[in-house]
Amino acid sequence: MGHGGGGALSAELMEQVFAPAYGNPTLAALADSAVLELGGTRLAFSTDGYVVRPLFFPGGSLGDLAVNGTVNDLAMSGARPAYLSAAFVLEEGVQLSVVERIARAMGTAAEAAGVVVATGDTKVVESGHGDGVYVTTAGVGLVPAGVDIRPQRARPGDAVIVSGPIGLHGVAIMSVREGLEFGVEIASDTAPLADLVAAMLAVTPDIHVLRDPTRGGLGASLNEIARASGTGVRLRERAIPVPDAVANACGFLGLDPLYVANEGRLVAFVPPSAADEVLAAMRAHPQGAGATLIGECVAEHPGMVVVSTGLGGTRVLDLPLGEQLPRIC
Amino acid sequence: MKYIDEFNDPELARRLLDDIRATVTRPWALMEVCGGQTHSIVRHGIDQLLPEQVELIHGPGCPVCVTPLDVIDKALEIASRPGVIFCSFGDMLRVPGTDRDLFRVKGEGGDVRVVYSPLDALELARRNPDREVVFFAIGFETTAPANAMAVHQARRLGLTNFSLLVSHVRVPPAVEAIMTAPECRVQAFLAAGHVCSVMGMAEYPALAERFRVPLVVTGFEPLDILEGIRRAVRQLERGEHRVENAYARAVREDGNPAAVSMIEEVFEVTDRNWRGIGPIPLSGWRLAEAFRAYDAECRFDVTDIRTEEPAECRAGEVLQGLIKPIECAAFGTTCTPRSPLGATMVSSEGACAAYYLYRRMNDPAAKAMGAAREEMNPVA
Repeated sequence: MGHGGGGALSAELMEQVFAPAYGNPTLAALADSAVLELGGTRLAFSTDGYVVRPLFFPGGSLGDLAVNGTVNDLAMSGARPAYLSAAFVLEEGVQLSVVERIARAMGTAAEAAGVVVATGDTKVVESGHGDGVYVTTAGVGLVPAGVDIRPQRARPGDAVIVSGPIGLHGVAIMSVREGLEFGVEIASDTAPLADLVAAMLAVTPDIHVLRDPTRGGLGASLNEIARASGTGVRLRERAIPVPDAVANACGFLGLDPLYVANEGRLVAFVPPSAADEVLAAMRAHPQGAGATLIGECVAEHPGMVVVSTGLGGTRVLDLPLGEQLPRIC
Repeated sequence: MKYIDEFNDPELARRLLDDIRATVTRPWALMEVCGGQTHSIVRHGIDQLLPEQVELIHGPGCPVCVTPLDVIDKALEIASRPGVIFCSFGDMLRVPGTDRDLFRVKGEGGDVRVVYSPLDALELARRNPDREVVFFAIGFETTAPANAMAVHQARRLGLTNFSLLVSHVRVPPAVEAIMTAPECRVQAFLAAGHVCSVMGMAEYPALAERFRVPLVVTGFEPLDILEGIRRAVRQLERGEHRVENAYARAVREDGNPAAVSMIEEVFEVTDRNWRGIGPIPLSGWRLAEAFRAYDAECRFDVTDIRTEEPAECRAGEVLQGLIKPIECAAFGTTCTPRSPLGATMVSSEGACAAYYLYRRMNDPAAKAMGAAREEMNPVA
């Protein structure tokens, strides 16, 4: 299970199994989506499988995730997403009304994100061989001229900006999956981010890195960027927007909110000269209203993320091994 | 999180640190008993901010770390059996037994489930009458009341398919064992606040008097810990050795009598082995005679367990405060969270895990971290 958690074990699987098997420079870039030259245009191309329990949760559903997740993976290359495919794996016995609800949610999410679900596939597996419904989406989008966004482009001095409060999606899922109640309802942050990215690119095409911190959370994403670029990242703990409800839930379970999944947030590495303007443009956009400067890219400690704590100490923020596990007391 | 933020305020922390600095005149060694405190100290960099004379020694208070290898191996054996649903808190799943862990058992087809409360396991037993549901009941005085409650409920509901694999341990005998060890350097204790919130403070004055050590009941937020250290250092400088409660918002003198009576009804005190430390007399609980039917060790025949600890693992010395994790040759090399030699590297309260996660000082980037610390550290 740890190999699907978005942490060090996921990275190992990619580096040791998949990359050697398919080996090519595009895949080796290990970005959220691949950028391909085709017929004189630059296409971003991405695919992702969506497996979530329960299928419906506060703030969204499997259908929303399946659209927004792929839209966001494309947007993290700076692309304008255009077309999606959708492949369903249904478990024998699943209610047709459940599939309908998911499909409708996908339709609504696609409309909101400005993409078209242009092709698809359906397979059925025997009862007991699935969690009801799995959805895989793939997508393509156009990358505007002059835009080159990838983890390797992080530079010392870059401002590190997160687009809003973190941890809401992961805690929302935990609250319904495990039957935990945290006093207030916590809704997932799932949302399409391509429009926000377009607003940022309107300020400057020279955004260096974008990443949506999904599985493994902000901690995993920042570690991946630090390793890919060979730079360090320094964060200010008190600047990181962690909602009270997320902090409380994580405190109760012994989890670190920096490793909790998000589905409607991005982290951006922006040249310092453009940071204020990009931040202002993000805050003017509904998906970036809570955008915050949380740290910077540094030349020291290459490949490593370091957090300055509220008290003035420092600690390493490492790549998590796999899924976080709730503690005993 | 406003409430917690109040206990993480840099200005108040600076004042406490100034006070500690003004008080201390010579070197002192303080032990924080609880692994939760260890993680808070390392995570927030509190040890980096203290004056050099104040050394924090990490204690044995991580329940996952001290659960003996033979009990882990029993858990692995029971969890592997068909017809069993084995329930545990999440942080036991990566703890290495002699040749595998609960994750491996789960991957091999064992029905291992992470639960958030023993009552969740009880509910599983109720819903699966044809399966044997076993809950891994480990922990200090903090988890014992809920586990006792689960057994109580099982009896009330007439459930015959629910049992506990018990390895509960008690803090005061551990304090005694640490103080009587010949190589002990501990001069004061930060006692675990959540343990005292259950058990009260009655057992501590005798220990403070016998070993002439200050015992300050301490919480887990950064300011709680700094306040505990401040009070302990003040006592040491004055030559005092009293029990003080620096966690009054959670700890009453007599603890939680309802929880204590639940423990006393279901459990009885017994000798226990502590992983890495060895046997400590009267340091644990087992199910009392009247509840023995709920003892998984009796229900499943797992007496023939052979254990083998890796020779190079020095977790026992870490747990006794004799070495720091980074002094172990295996730390970060042959022992990592990915392939741990001992439980201290994988437990969410383990001292080795805290150092690995937050303070990899043998890393080539350590020097850069040190420079970054000086630059960023406004109070050191």
